[in-house]
Amino acid sequence: MRNLIAFPLLGLAVILQSSIVSQIKLLSGYADLPLVMLAAWALQQRVKSAWHWGVLLCVMLGFVSSMPWPVLVIGFLGIVFVAQILQRRVWQAPLLAMFSLTFFGTLFMHILSFVTLRILGTPFLFGDVMGLITLPSLLLNMLFSIPIYAFMRDLARWVYPVEEYE
Amino acid sequence: MNSRSLQTTIIFLVVGGILALALGGFFGPASRQFNTVLVEIQTWTSSRFLGVQDFFTAPRDIVSLRNRNAELETQVSQLQIQVIELQQRVNQTEILAALVDYARSDPESTYKAAAVIGRDPSPFLHYIIINRGSNDDIRRGMPVVTNQGLVGRVDAVIADAARVQLITDPASAVNVYLQNAETNAVSLGSVTGDVSLDMISQNVIVEPGDLVLTSGLGGGYPSDRIIGQVVTVRTLDFQLFQQATVQPAVDFARLEIVLVITNFRSVDITPLEPQTTP
Repeated sequence: MRNLIAFPLLGLAVILQSSIVSQIKLLSGYADLPLVMLAAWALQQRVKSAWHWGVLLCVMLGFVSSMPWPVLVIGFLGIVFVAQILQRRVWQAPLLAMFSLTFFGTLFMHILSFVTLRILGTPFLFGDVMGLITLPSLLLNMLFSIPIYAFMRDLARWVYPVEEYE
Repeated sequence: MNSRSLQTTIIFLVVGGILALALGGFFGPASRQFNTVLVEIQTWTSSRFLGVQDFFTAPRDIVSLRNRNAELETQVSQLQIQVIELQQRVNQTEILAALVDYARSDPESTYKAAAVIGRDPSPFLHYIIINRGSNDDIRRGMPVVTNQGLVGRVDAVIADAARVQLITDPASAVNVYLQNAETNAVSLGSVTGDVSLDMISQNVIVEPGDLVLTSGLGGGYPSDRIIGQVVTVRTLDFQLFQQATVQPAVDFARLEIVLVITNFRSVDITPLEPQTTP
């Protein structure tokens, strides 16, 4: 039942992203709080509900954002998928896994957004998008990733307490 | 899938379903109550942030700022919070007074004021979220303005909130009229939030400082709403049209309160557009 913390927590993340984080800009980019939170959650070893969180985040962001929903679904579930692989292979260096996932997750999400919006007719230039949106967002996401990872690790311990054997 | 994971999935589906139905308005009064609570939380978060932002970024006189700072240092933290709240109210009152004056100057249009409570979570899109929705007769396609000029157009609506596409959005295109040059053009948004003009005929002379207004062509926006002023013009002989950059009249980074024109109905001219035959 503690897993239901996902609803208020992700809801709060989306509200914070929409009302505060989106106004703290570096060039034209800003941090993606929900993405970093999902990445940090999916990397926790004891977490079994990363897919649920991913789907829930897609629904919430799809409700607020004008971004086409396939971008959100493929992007966020792709991040959970990669996190599951990294979790097994880089388990001895969780921060390295977190940095890698944040870096490649942000890049993947932005390329996906760029391609989809271009297909839908928005006249983006690749150089502008990379220089003005993606690189600043990458930097901010990497900065956010350390404290958020620590927070999500503690949360995972609370949601999935270690069972003690007598 | 083991039983624990199945149980988690079922719980998520049930709660998610209830949430989706509530957001969709299927629970009647309970749904409205839920939507109201969500919008209230968003409004509260946004207003507190704007208050703090105003406190730190509003331009002030250095001397009065020092005096003010000295006074504030002597006050307890509770009083500081009150100052922030009162300052925000004064700012809002000033903005509302300007908006009321603006609305009075155009009695033909019916306006509904709305507070900006959020922005699109994606940096690729330039949208804002306002705290008025279908319960306040806000409909998709309604233009959104401030006393400074055109802001954008309502893109999506729920019961107590709406999403507005700004004219700075990369996918936005507005038919405009250059007042001094007496010619039509198209205003386009961009990734950086800059506004540019395209489709300006090579035969007209456009100069920096020319006023850019909506033309009303296409039926998407009302006519004669200010977009901004021309800053630079680019004319190349081998191109069909001239281009220009525009300084928007509205400060999109500091939007707090906007007006929705509720008696404007956008016209869908798609059926009238000529069809290309293969």
